[in-house]
Formats: sequence, structure tokens, C-alpha cells
Amino acid sequence: MGTSDYEVIVGLEVHAELCTETKIFCGCKNAFGAEVNTLCCPVCMGMPGTLPVLNKQVVDYAIKMGHALHCRINRVSKNDRKNYFYPDLPKAYQISQFDIPLCEDGYLDILVNGEKKRIGITRIHIEEDAGKLIHADSFDGSLVDFNRCGVPLIEMVSEPDLRSAEEAKAYLEGITSILLYLGISDAKMQEGSVRADVNVSVRKKGAAEFGTRTEMKNVNSFGAVYRAIQYEAARQVEVLEAGGVIEQETRRWDDANGRNVLLRSKEDAQDYRYFPEPDLLTFEVSEAHVQELKDSIPELPVDKTIRYMSDFGLNQDDASLLASSKPRSEFFDACVAMKKCDAKLVSNWMIGDIARILNERRIEVADTALTKEHLTDMICLIEKGVISNTAAKTVLETIIDEDVDPAKVVEEKGLAQVNDTDALKKIVADVLAANGKAVADYKNGKTNVAGFLVGQCMKATKGKGNPGVLREMVLAAIEAM
Amino acid sequence: MELYRRSAVEFAALLEKKEVSALEVADAALARIEAVDGSVEAFLSVNGDAIRARAREIDERRVRGEALGRLAGIPVAVKDNICTKGIATTCASKMLENFVPPYNATVVDKLNAADALIAGKVNMDEFAMGGSCENSAFKATKNPWDLTRVPGGSSGGSAAAVAACEVPLSLGSDTGGSIRCPAGLCGIVGLKPTYGAVSRFGLVAFASSLDQIGPFARTVDDAALLFDVIRGRDAAHDATSKECPFTMPGAEVKGLRIGVPKEYFGEGVTEEVRAAVLRAVDELKALGAEIVEISLPSTGYALSAYYIISSAEASSNLARYDGVKYGYSGRRDGTLSDLYLTTRSEGFGREVKRRIMLGTYVLSSGYYDAYYKRAKMLQKRISAEFAAAFEQCDVIATPTTPSTAFRLGEKLSDPLAMYASDICTVTANIAGLPGVSVPCGFGADGLPIGMQLLGPHFSESRLLTVAKCYETARGGFAVKEG
Repeated sequence: MGTSDYEVIVGLEVHAELCTETKIFCGCKNAFGAEVNTLCCPVCMGMPGTLPVLNKQVVDYAIKMGHALHCRINRVSKNDRKNYFYPDLPKAYQISQFDIPLCEDGYLDILVNGEKKRIGITRIHIEEDAGKLIHADSFDGSLVDFNRCGVPLIEMVSEPDLRSAEEAKAYLEGITSILLYLGISDAKMQEGSVRADVNVSVRKKGAAEFGTRTEMKNVNSFGAVYRAIQYEAARQVEVLEAGGVIEQETRRWDDANGRNVLLRSKEDAQDYRYFPEPDLLTFEVSEAHVQELKDSIPELPVDKTIRYMSDFGLNQDDASLLASSKPRSEFFDACVAMKKCDAKLVSNWMIGDIARILNERRIEVADTALTKEHLTDMICLIEKGVISNTAAKTVLETIIDEDVDPAKVVEEKGLAQVNDTDALKKIVADVLAANGKAVADYKNGKTNVAGFLVGQCMKATKGKGNPGVLREMVLAAIEAM
Repeated sequence: MELYRRSAVEFAALLEKKEVSALEVADAALARIEAVDGSVEAFLSVNGDAIRARAREIDERRVRGEALGRLAGIPVAVKDNICTKGIATTCASKMLENFVPPYNATVVDKLNAADALIAGKVNMDEFAMGGSCENSAFKATKNPWDLTRVPGGSSGGSAAAVAACEVPLSLGSDTGGSIRCPAGLCGIVGLKPTYGAVSRFGLVAFASSLDQIGPFARTVDDAALLFDVIRGRDAAHDATSKECPFTMPGAEVKGLRIGVPKEYFGEGVTEEVRAAVLRAVDELKALGAEIVEISLPSTGYALSAYYIISSAEASSNLARYDGVKYGYSGRRDGTLSDLYLTTRSEGFGREVKRRIMLGTYVLSSGYYDAYYKRAKMLQKRISAEFAAAFEQCDVIATPTTPSTAFRLGEKLSDPLAMYASDICTVTANIAGLPGVSVPCGFGADGLPIGMQLLGPHFSESRLLTVAKCYETARGGFAVKEG
């Protein structure tokens, strides 16, 4: 028996740093990348006598995520202490939530091969982040940066509903795109603002009981989550096939070397001695406020993707790529709402040339001069045959930087397609004369050089020729030779 | 009368009328500290130069006719678990021997805003754990009435400094009786406010859900004045703080119902203490109060619940002393475990370690339900019994401590006997109620006896009114001669 006889069961615990103005329990600024130990105060450094005061924005953000993941919101909630010693945890306890998380019993729909799959969300709770240990060659020992202490986190725990590394990756992408949509987290795995603990078990296909699971820490990118699951599932199958048993243990994923190592066994599991945080009272969120937060939730990526597929006939890859960015999908929605041109063409431009320019410049549509009117006008010009796709690229380069009517750009730059066959005849003749070898190749059956010849003609017309017309003319001319 | 024997209210009047200067008051206090603290040993640090400079500044402002705070020029001693910016705050522990906070406790900011003179930091049981002030890592404070006796704890330094007339006012903290017990044993007034009435920001935590800062004074009005200065919600720093309505104590107890719970007069309470408190209750009756016999049946379980809850919270609150960031640091050339082990073994005293172990145990997986959870259930029951009792009466009168002050060293080797001295006071902390201890006579040994008055949440005005009426009826409380 091999891997194919087994089913892999995955559950994810995802921690996301919230991008609130200030930290969760003090007035320190919540920001990434500042000089070490400049964004901390006696409270987040846990100095004697200091006390936490809960940042209401954290509660609001967590409730928004709860709504986005269709959770039940516990309007009366509380904080608890999770006790453990580590130098990056200055109080030696983390203020978290234990038995009454803010949000419970939700789900996230993911798309796998065009099929919708529902993944259960067990809970979402709020907690504070710890600091960071720094190891420098110039210093014999460890240093601590407390800047991250007290940065607000939400921990989202999934049910063990994921059945492959692909599904886990799709789930994680779903979570991060929602975080971005809600504007509650930077959701950058590489900066550590989203971190995942991955629980993996395997069982024989058809078995009713789950196998023993292991937990992997330190999984810090989408790719790493995928690789870590593949590796761990294979390791477990190998152990089982060799007649061994899987121990419930915590393993650390080493992405650089593509393997994991034992961190601690079940016997060494820490007793966190949770108890209610006495420095913070039980807090209550009004029903009206919970509803207000619910009403603020925009259409979310998965719903958008499904809508794009069914309404506009986009394929899943294009639809989810477009839907994954809130500002770009909103621009797309605005263009499509004008009902001037084909939505599929708008999509192609959005995920093609426009995305390329935005990504190169690391900006969003709002940072450019591009308007929904100009983009749709430009696409209409293509649809009407006024300009070619090639010429449209030139138009785009202009209207993305200047507030100018695409028709005017076409006129000023003389980009209108030349459909006049007389004007094109000379160009075709010149091109064929200059490319004798290609013409010979075509005649010898290498018909794909026609594209090259048409391209040369397009070039000669400075992109203004109608490629369809040119193609016919090139083929006719060769036949006639 | 010597200047240092004056009450805060008297000082304020003398200063106001410019009959004395703030500098004279400061100097009188410093001279008195110099004269008696060698034997009382209440102070861990004295702020001499700073308060003299401050006093001069206050005098100048008064000459210029500027508005001054209510405690302008009046010396106040502060328990050494209350953070003072730039001044060592040790909690009487080797662990924090060199800890100088870069921030003030809210109460210290309030004292400064009221133009008080912070005369110094006073001794206590290490991290406020103890009932005799002997658990200090630095010295054992003595009871001014008999230097062979303990002043009580944990705020022993705060009580002794006031009882010995070193200062008219001091701040202490009370987690299970740490203000009321030493006030009772030193024959002065000590108020433990309602939980939340005074900000805990800057009070080094022992048991967060029980800790409360409060005043010590030799008169009821003085205690009321200091409480009025420090009370109030501190929304920016302490989520558990609340606004506490307060008016200065009145002079009328007629018609007020005083409840006497039989459970507080039983086994363990000495005959002379019982008699003294009942005599005081009779005096209140003579002033027009109505006496009601009440019952608080769960009182017998309160001590166990208290030691479970307070130790559980302490085990977590004191975990931050790991030798990494501040305070005592053990072996740094070994593993992380070596650092933790040596720091905490060497930095904490025996009693603190005992409570940390107890607290860690009761929160452990498998024991939580049997101990911590049950203690929290008892807390609910005790609170409910008090709520029911306050339907029948307005104020409850009990002894503050079961006996007068014991000898130094007498209970040091018997932690349970030491714990039992909190038997009358822990319930107020468990239920979050305010309680005040007032002197109500002396035992055969010439040592003070205290009466505790308990009231519903935020009934400080009422409690202090009863205390003041009793004080007036007695012609004032005795102050230690010499």
C-alpha cells in the first residue's frame, strides 16, 4: 500500500496580526518594521504594577472576521491568561481567550477544481502577540525586541475538514484575502503578520476514525504550508506502513531543508494553567453594534469569484485572481456596471496589462489616472474595430497616467486601425520582399511563420493595421506568388 | 503639642493660616523619623531632600497666593509596592531591590497633584504576602506600642509610621486584610476601599482581583481626606476602576442598622477582643444605631477560598520576575532554565515561594476544578450572603483581628497560624466590599484592639460616618505617647 491508499486530514490554526492604530492593551503605536524597542511602554513590557486596558478596535475587527466567516458572535466574552515562561513574553503570561472566544461555529467556503467546499471554523479569539528574540553574531546571547509585544492577534481555528495540501492552501488564501478585504490585517505571511500552525493526520481511505495528529509550528508561507503538509502526510504514511504508530507531538517545520523535526512530545506538553484575566472585566458588545459590524461586511472574495464565473463566464483562475484584490475587483465591478462592453474583455485587461503595470509600480488603480469611463471607452474602441489590441496597449499607457479621453489619444497618436487595403498592399509587398526565407518556409509547409509575417506588417503599420485584414492579405499574396 | 503629632486636617489648617510653613512640617516629620525609625523601622527609604525642596516650592506658591492642593505640604508615606517614578520600589523583596520604576502609580500622581509631600517608602511583607511585616527581605518593622511585637501586615510599615507619628498619613494595600489588620494592631484608622474605587495602576500586583490601595491615619477625617484624594475611575489605566461617590463623614448614626454576625465572634477570637468590639457596638447603640444580629454562614470557608484565589493569581502575577528584564537576575552563563531557576530561587523569600507553589498547583490541569473553580463558587456564595445581610443592616461590625499584636517571630514558623490572623478580613476582599478598622480599646497587654466595619459596595461615606461618630463619642482615639 502507498500514499494513495490514505487520506490526509488537515486542520489549521491561523494567527493574524490586526492592523489597529494602537496595540491591544496599551497606547503604543501598532506598526511593523520600527527600530527595535521603540514601540513599547511599561504596559506592553509587563513592568510591575502596570495593567492592560482592552482596545475596542480589536474587538470590532475580530467580530468583523467572525461575521465574514459566518460565526456566532459571543456578545459577552472575557479574557484569560495563558501562563508560560519565555523571554519574549514579558509578563510570563499571554492574555488570550480560553473558554468563551469572541466568535464560534462558522465556516469558510473554498473553491477546489471549480467545486465549492465548506470548511468549518471552530472559533476565533483575540490575544496579544509576544516579542521577538534576536540572535546577533556580535553578541554572545539572545536579545529581545519588545516592539511586537501587545500587537493584537486573532487566532482562527478550523475544523479538521481539509483533505489535501491544495485545500489547505486554498483555505489559507481565502482567509488572507478576507483579512485584506476587511482591511483588518496586512496579511503578509512573509512579514509574519499571518502565521499558521498545521495539524495533520492520515487514515486509510474509508476509515471512520481520525488518526493521531501532529502539530507543526513555524509554517510561514502559503508554499510552506503546502510543502509541510505533503511532507508530514508522507512521513506518517511511511511510519504506519512500517508498522509504527503516530505519536501526538509538536514538530517544527524547517522549510529551508524541506523537513520537520520533533519539538516536543505529548508528555512534554505544557500546562498553560489558563484562568480568567482578573485585570480585565468581562466585556459585552451590544446587539446593535454587532449588527452594525455585520452590515459593514462587503461582498467577500469567494462569493465574488462564484458570481464572476456564473454571471460573466470567467474561468475559476481568472475569477479568483480578480476577486482576490478588493480594490481591483471593485474597479472591475464599476466598469461592468456601466454595461458598455464585454465583462470578459474588462477582466482580461484587469488581470493582464493593468495588473502588470500596478504590480510593477506597487500601486492600486486609485493611485493612477485610470477611470472606469476611460477603460470601458477604450475597450469599446477595440470592440468596434477602431483600434487593435496592440494599439490599445499604447492607449492604456497614456490613460493610466493622464486624465484623457481614449478616442483623443487614438486621434492624437494616429493609432486608428488602417482597414484600407490599398494602403496596406504596399506594406505587405515590402514585408514579403524583405523576408524571402520566411515566405519560402511557408511554402514548404511551415505555415506558422504566417504569424511572424503578420507581426512584421503590424510593426510596419506601427500597430495601426487590422491584424485580421493583414493576415488575409499576407496569405493571399503568398498564394499569388 | 509637638508639631509631628498633628493630624493632616490640623496641618492643613495651620498651613492655610500660615502659622507653620510646609518646610517646618517636612522638617518636623524628618526629625521624627530620624528620632524613632531606628527602633520602629517603618521606612525603607526616606525622601528627605526631595520633600524639603517640594515644601519650599509649596511655601513660595502659598506666598504668591496660588491655589494649592488639599494635601499641600502634608507628609505621606507610601507602601513600597506602589510605584514611584525615580524612587526605588522594592516590594520589600530582594527580587526588586534595585527596581526604580520609570512611572508613577495613579495614586502617586494624585498625591503629587494634591501637593502632598511623599516622605518615603515604607516596609511591608515581601510582595504583600504576610500578616506581620516579618517577611520583608530587608527588616522587620516593630509595633510602636511595644517594640517586641509585630505591627501586623502586610502594610506594617504604613501602619507603624502613622502610629509612631512619623507621618500623619500613609498609603497601604489590602488583599486580604493588609490595611485593616495592621491598622487594628497599631491602634489607628485603616480603610480598605471598595474593589475598583481606587486605581490599581502602579500597585505591584499580588492578587489582581482582590488588591486595593487605601489610606492609614490617626483620625477618621484624615483617612477620609486621603481617600477622597486618591479615589476615582482611571479609565485609561485600570479597566477595573470605577467612580466612587463620596462625601466627607457626617455626624449622625441615628437609625442606622449595625449588623453583628455571630460567625466573626466565635472560635479563635480572644475574649478581650470580643468584649471590646461588643462594647464598641453598644456605644454605637447608645448613639442611636439599631443593633441587628445577622448570620454569614459561609464565613468558615472564606479563608480557604481566599488562599486559593490569591495564590493562584499571585503565581501568575509574579511569573514576570524571571531575571530577564529588571530586578534580581540569577545565573546568566547557563541555560534559560538555569537563569529562571536561580533568579526565582534566590530572589524570592520563603513565603512568596510557598504561595507561588500553592497557586501553581491549584491552577494545574486536573486540579483546577477541585480548587480554583470551587473557590470561585464560594466567592459567589459569600458575596450573595453579604448582599442578603445588607438587606437587614446598613453596616456590619466585627473584630479586625482575632487577637492583639503577637510577638516578633511567634508565628513565623507556623504559616497556617499566620494565615488565620486574616480570618475576619478576607471576606471583604472576596466580596469586593469596603472595610475600615478603627481602634476600640486595649487588651490586657496594653496593645490596641481594632473593630472592623464593613458596608456594601461604595458605602465608604457611610462607613466613615459610623467610624467618626464612634471616634467623637470616645473623645478621639488614643495616640501612642513618646
